[in-house]
Amino acid sequence: MSSELIIKFLVAAVLAGTPFLFGTVGEILSEKVGHLNLGVEGMMAIGACAGFMAGYVTDSFVIAILAAAAAGTLAALIYGVLTVTFMANQNVTGLTMTIFGTGLSNFVGVYMLERSEGGTLKLPERVTAQMRNIDIPGLSDIPVLGELLFSYNPFVYLGLVIAVLAGIYLYKTQTGLNVQAIGENPAAADAAGIEVTKWRYINILLSGAICGIGGAYCSMIINSGVWLRDSVGGLGWISVALVIFASWKPINVIYGSFVFGALRVLKYYVPKNTYAIPTAFFDALPFLITALVLVIASMRKSKRSHIPAHLGVNYFREER
Amino acid sequence: MTEQYAIECRQITKAFGSVVANDKINLTVRYGEIMALLGENGSGKTTLMNMLSGIYHPDSGSILIGGKEVSINSPVDSKNLGIGMIHQHFKLVDVFSAMDNIILGSHGRRLNRKSLREKIEELGHSFGLEIEPEKKIYDMSVSEKQTVEILKVLYRGAQILILDEPTAVLTPQETEKLFAILRRMKEQGCAIIIITHKLHEVLAISDRVTILRKGKSIDTVVTGECDEKKLTELMVGRPISLNIDRPRMENRETILKVVDLTVEKSDKTIALDDISFDIRTGEILGVAGVAGSGQKELCETLTGLMVAKKGAILYHKENIVGKSPAEIIRLGISMSFVPEDRLGMGLVASMGMVDNMLLKSYSEAKGPFVERGPARELAEKLIDKLGIVTPGVDMPVRLMSGGNVQKVLLGREIESSPQVLITAYPVRGLDINSSYTIYELLNEQKKKGVAVVYIGEDLDVLLELSDRIMVLCHGQVMGIEDADRLTKEQVGLMMTGARAEEVLGAGDDRVQKSDECMDAPGCVSDEGEEEKA
Repeated sequence: MSSELIIKFLVAAVLAGTPFLFGTVGEILSEKVGHLNLGVEGMMAIGACAGFMAGYVTDSFVIAILAAAAAGTLAALIYGVLTVTFMANQNVTGLTMTIFGTGLSNFVGVYMLERSEGGTLKLPERVTAQMRNIDIPGLSDIPVLGELLFSYNPFVYLGLVIAVLAGIYLYKTQTGLNVQAIGENPAAADAAGIEVTKWRYINILLSGAICGIGGAYCSMIINSGVWLRDSVGGLGWISVALVIFASWKPINVIYGSFVFGALRVLKYYVPKNTYAIPTAFFDALPFLITALVLVIASMRKSKRSHIPAHLGVNYFREER
Repeated sequence: MTEQYAIECRQITKAFGSVVANDKINLTVRYGEIMALLGENGSGKTTLMNMLSGIYHPDSGSILIGGKEVSINSPVDSKNLGIGMIHQHFKLVDVFSAMDNIILGSHGRRLNRKSLREKIEELGHSFGLEIEPEKKIYDMSVSEKQTVEILKVLYRGAQILILDEPTAVLTPQETEKLFAILRRMKEQGCAIIIITHKLHEVLAISDRVTILRKGKSIDTVVTGECDEKKLTELMVGRPISLNIDRPRMENRETILKVVDLTVEKSDKTIALDDISFDIRTGEILGVAGVAGSGQKELCETLTGLMVAKKGAILYHKENIVGKSPAEIIRLGISMSFVPEDRLGMGLVASMGMVDNMLLKSYSEAKGPFVERGPARELAEKLIDKLGIVTPGVDMPVRLMSGGNVQKVLLGREIESSPQVLITAYPVRGLDINSSYTIYELLNEQKKKGVAVVYIGEDLDVLLELSDRIMVLCHGQVMGIEDADRLTKEQVGLMMTGARAEEVLGAGDDRVQKSDECMDAPGCVSDEGEEEKA
């Protein structure tokens, strides 16, 4: 492979990994307060739809992002009310959210398509212009590095900033310590005067907002501004699994998501005709590796494991 | 002028549905005083304390803190009023360090680690508490965890301290240490409420005792004017004998012989380290040890639930290690196991008594259908015989009280006429009355010639009930002795790692064996072997 091709591959990996950056950081925030949210795929789908449609209607990229975040938050609110307040089973609620979210997103998509001119939905020129790669004078012109580090669309940088902020929030602040205690031992947190319910909601809603933006990336960037159904297409699921790969640390998500991004685009960069590997294999690769990561992670048992001890368990104060 | 109390509860009432847990309870505690709260299970102690710590809210009545009427609606309110509660089950985050647990729940900027560490060490020092602030909770012993809990409330400046059964899991030495700390806190003006079932501890530590019975405050007495007998009478409502029988049986024979047994936990750490002992018919073998010293693994290996890495369990020269529970039953060894986790491992919580009876006997049925008839009869027989209180044999067992659940479990196991009966903490969480019923049941089995293994935590009971005591520490046998040769303090020392021969001192003819043994951590006393001779 020529060096030019390698740079192209790396850039493509970053772009392909960005949905995971959002989805996984979002899921970590939720899991840290003890809520396993299997609805990431659904929240992303809803965000994908809301972001795209808002951009399509309003001509504004910023409004699109805000709409995606708001829609994700709303979806998370449904999950939160059901699991935190009504203490519904988290797995069932999350799965339902995924089915509902994908369905709703496609439904709205079809509705809008039927009303569009020419039977396609395409983002207006103004929006695509705003989400084009940011050109940083000076930095972006550096050979190789400029292309590798400073030539992405605003989503990528936003994702990185969110990951770093989430890492600081969880691991460097007193609030983060309190929040982590909720996922580890809600009874202890409660006894320590931490408002368990409040912080569960805050984290779940934040998680929804971040996932929503990740969804908007899928519908707006991946398909070059054209609406296609199922634009999230399973990326939310990989995000959930990536949480384990990142051992619940948002900073680790940064490289984790790019590794999985690389797996997604690998098929375009493997020299043709060298090996007779069907492309279907490459399509399946991220999922295969995900399964592998899960197996390895569950084999490695230790007291120091990073999984929140009360993940998936609702908390009822008066339960004895 | 009325005296100003740290805590004053007036006519507190709290009902859960139709059950009145607290009925017009009055309670006062002064600053610089240790008040013991005494009562059987279900007498409302924990409910009352939960109202002070903000978990529940009273239906009626008022609480005064420092003379002012307050309303405590959440743990935050309670904390702000300077009340600190140390729960029976520690409320600590395992993966955090001691320090992080102590500052948990505070707001604002996270303090610089160095100055925080110094602050905590200084605070600990002023109350005589030793602590390693950076140590993770999962690396700590029970007593260390308790120290963290105490520091946690002190760090918040609590003036009122509530301890719910703090000594249940401590060795006698650790208990003494805790009491010294409590006395020191009392001198510094703290008001302390301590809940405990152990009467001698009440007498040792408290200034006054308030007794609750069936949700009512019965009496408050000055400790100095009391003895164990009077306290029991007040608590139970009638005089009862506090002696546990220990009938001596003749013809005791070894039925199971454990030889060099080594067991690993799933994470490959050693749970039992090369232990040897024997289990004899007509005898109760008491097993003492700090929680997590290998008791659970011992039970599960004996019953075939866990597989030993090395060593043998011999039943008439046949090794049963590696055999499944079903194979062990087929060999004709009838073993009964009353596990520590009653509603997890022993019974199915959501099933009624009848179905739980079937769990033991389903394989005897012919044909594909369940025969509930005999099980129903058995359930009804147990209700009669053991005085189990339940509205019906089909009511899910999880809705029954702890004592009744234990009677169901023990009753079922005993009905299968076992040769070996293994019980882990059978009286945990039970009140005095229920506990004594259980002791009697075990003694009855012993008289029938059953070999009983009793894993317990209350050393007084262990010493009175058992014929022999085996002490475990970190999966090793520290010694096996006749119970009447041991004192509680000696067992306590052995639980923390001293060997029987050190504890019993020179002059004992068994001492010589193992001077070299003391230096080699993997080396185990041969005490057990000698006993068998």
